[in-house]
Amino acid sequence: MSEKHSSNTHEEHGKSKVRYGMVIDLDKCTGCMACAVACHQENNVSFRPDETDKTRNIAWMRMYFLENGKEYPEYRFSYLPRPCFHCDSPHHTPCTFVCPVNATQRDERTGIVNMIYPRCIGCRYCMVACPYHARSFNWWDPTWPKPLEEMLNPEVSTRMRGVIEKCTFCHHRLNKARDKARLEGKDPDGVEYTPACVEACPTGAIVFGNLRDPESEVSKLAKSPRAFQISAKLKTYPKVYYLSKEPWIRKLSDKGL
Amino acid sequence: MAQGQTKGSGNLIVLCAFLVGFIGALIVGWIVFPKVLYSKKFQPIDFSHESHQDSDCESCHYFRDDGTFSGVPNIDNCIECHEEMQGDTEAERVLVEEYIQKDKPIPWLIYAWQPDNVYFSHAPHQKLDCVRCHRDVSKEKSTPPVYINRITGYSKNTMKMVECEKCHAEQGASNACQVCHK
Repeated sequence: MSEKHSSNTHEEHGKSKVRYGMVIDLDKCTGCMACAVACHQENNVSFRPDETDKTRNIAWMRMYFLENGKEYPEYRFSYLPRPCFHCDSPHHTPCTFVCPVNATQRDERTGIVNMIYPRCIGCRYCMVACPYHARSFNWWDPTWPKPLEEMLNPEVSTRMRGVIEKCTFCHHRLNKARDKARLEGKDPDGVEYTPACVEACPTGAIVFGNLRDPESEVSKLAKSPRAFQISAKLKTYPKVYYLSKEPWIRKLSDKGL
Repeated sequence: MAQGQTKGSGNLIVLCAFLVGFIGALIVGWIVFPKVLYSKKFQPIDFSHESHQDSDCESCHYFRDDGTFSGVPNIDNCIECHEEMQGDTEAERVLVEEYIQKDKPIPWLIYAWQPDNVYFSHAPHQKLDCVRCHRDVSKEKSTPPVYINRITGYSKNTMKMVECEKCHAEQGASNACQVCHK
């Protein structure tokens, strides 16, 4: 983590004043997984019969358990929630670069890496290309335990078998916030909104906002000395920053997920 | 000469056969197939926009405070005026007796129903004329039938993605996926 990159330096990006990003404070995270549950519910993520099989289940916000590998009394552990990092690398993110059908693209006005599910052909190149395992594949028809099918969120479309899905930074909430701003006569660009995971976090460990707004909390935290990105050496420029004072976590973060 | 005549009439027969087949194919393609492809459905109430000229469009089609659009009004709107019969039309009788008195929502058929993965909001499109996308209802005496595509299940009037994209490009609006897809 010796190199620190500011996502504002890329000339290749449009001159948009908006770059939505996230900062997750690992010192505050208790690993309660409220963010993951809220995300699951908000985004109509389907269930596998056995959700403990983490190689097959679908999770937009996946929880990682980190250990420093030492014996007591030096033993330390930490949790690391991982959404999609909505990489800010020039021209393309790893996933959008490989998509053969333009089913996933990065919106240069907001920095959100988006997806059209029915356009996806299920080749799973993006899943392989993503260094952070942020993408999940629907190997089976999506199913929900009995009462949950009636509780699906109408703001988010369900996916079908054979397509990739991933965290969207809750862009349906962005659309709603933009509409509200329009009706109130405000500028819809750069409007503030809260993704489901941020809303659910009981310790306030997740902060979301516009990284290009120097006054926003998220841009200030991203410049904090505790801030780091996962596998920054890959130069994917994630827009999700982590905060930790623990040197061993920062060291681990360079090894990928 | 006689040979020339037979040759000429032979060409005429070929031409006639071609025209019969060609026109037949056109009739099938332009008239028969669309009729077979689309099922014709009628609205539960024969609503007349013309009879409601005394009220503003915004009385029934309005924005809510959170930025969403009311769209097609339901009995909550209708009951404001039609708790009791005002006139003697059949449509009003159906509205009052079948829906308002039974407190049952009107199962309107939507002319522009979009697929599940489409996000459309009226809020960014306020500056456009309604007739840019919707039919002109100002002088409409009865609601037109809804044509549903038997294969896709969508209405004939459902706007296609290419139309959205074209207008967005012309207006300089974003064509990013998440602007219209959820």
